[in-house]
Amino acid sequence: MKYIDEYRDKQLVEILIRQIRDEVTRKWTIMEICGGQTHAIMKYSLQDLLPEEISLIHGPGCPVCVTPVEIIDQAVELGGKPNVILTSFGDMMRVPGSHTDLLSVRAKGGDIRIVYSPLDVIDIALSNPEREVVFFAVGFETTAPAVALAIRQAHKKNLANFSVLISHVLVPPAIEVLLTSADMRIEGFLAAGHVCTVMGTHEYIPLSERYKIPIVVTGFEPVDILLGIQKTINMLENDRYGVENAYPRSVKPEGNIAAQDLLQEVFVSCDRKWRGIGVIPGSGFTLADDYIRFDAGKRFKLHHIVAEESERCISGKILTGQKRPSDCPAFGAECTPEKPLGAPMVSSEGACSAYYRYHLRMC
Amino acid sequence: MCLAVPGKIISIDDTDPDMKMARVRFGEAIRNICIQWVDDLKTGDYIMAHVGTALSKVDEEDAEFTLDALRLMGEIDLSTDS
Repeated sequence: MKYIDEYRDKQLVEILIRQIRDEVTRKWTIMEICGGQTHAIMKYSLQDLLPEEISLIHGPGCPVCVTPVEIIDQAVELGGKPNVILTSFGDMMRVPGSHTDLLSVRAKGGDIRIVYSPLDVIDIALSNPEREVVFFAVGFETTAPAVALAIRQAHKKNLANFSVLISHVLVPPAIEVLLTSADMRIEGFLAAGHVCTVMGTHEYIPLSERYKIPIVVTGFEPVDILLGIQKTINMLENDRYGVENAYPRSVKPEGNIAAQDLLQEVFVSCDRKWRGIGVIPGSGFTLADDYIRFDAGKRFKLHHIVAEESERCISGKILTGQKRPSDCPAFGAECTPEKPLGAPMVSSEGACSAYYRYHLRMC
Repeated sequence: MCLAVPGKIISIDDTDPDMKMARVRFGEAIRNICIQWVDDLKTGDYIMAHVGTALSKVDEEDAEFTLDALRLMGEIDLSTDS
């Protein structure tokens, strides 16, 4: 496919690897923020191609992984209600809550439907006026505009049976938490290309300046990722920092202004708990006053749930780059995609899932 | 979940000014995608699509520039080696 195949070109990969090898003189640790990038790194064995001085660590950019267990439990409760149709992206179906997951609730008769787009949920709500239709809204800034669009459509159509269980999270506050952590050993970031396609690059400039750290907006194909690494290494080796864009075919400095305007209209920022990490101030979206009637949490009075986390899952350390999945004693034994202890093992962007799928034999 | 994929616009339906839609081809699959937030799109353009919405138009000039710069880098490397 055009704009994919060229960025998987072996010769271009070799050129970039050579360029990086020529430039690197000492050890550097770089974190890729997005789980999609982690999967590409594992799938194409990019770490193995890089000089040994460069260590890639995996960041918290997996919205499924960081959705708090309490919210999963709320979705489980909603999915079991007889008058509710719960709609969700497929990634959420196997994420373990305190006691069960959505797939199991569906097997027991819950009406839980996987959708491709939040806009599909509007059609489901229109076709089922006698039932409550809830969308389980998780995701970063990439996904939030589509959710905002669905909410605004529901508002325009005055859909009384539509609501959202919302757990949207934002990248820059999480980067700041990582940078202020006492255990921080990150010297450069590959920022998430599709988050920046929506939000632009300006949010990262103060972070780069405050912490004197290179941040390179990076895409998802092997050539994109290596280009992001090459630009990061170039800044590090030349004692520079700043925000650079290695994904200009998708990302413009200003981002997508129309999508940002819609986010401003439908959402307000809020403190949000990240699974395995804790509460990060200002790191989430919740509904603005004009749209609050679509809040499933309020409509169904769900906030009483007390959640239980697996004590054996070290996903918090994995999501902050302190441990690799292969460091976890449960990895591949007690914890597998069929029987996960934590979300990173089942999400298509989870680091544990990437290690299990592509590198289990090497761990 | 944050993955967006490039797709080629086959046709555009702008009958609803608040919900401009397009038929978009992704390899073998064809989907309806909301293109409301991306200006100046026409049939044949490539967009980056995510969960039913277009996030950006693929900038063909920038795409080619990146590839050309890398190929040039490769040629310079080879000539330096020889």
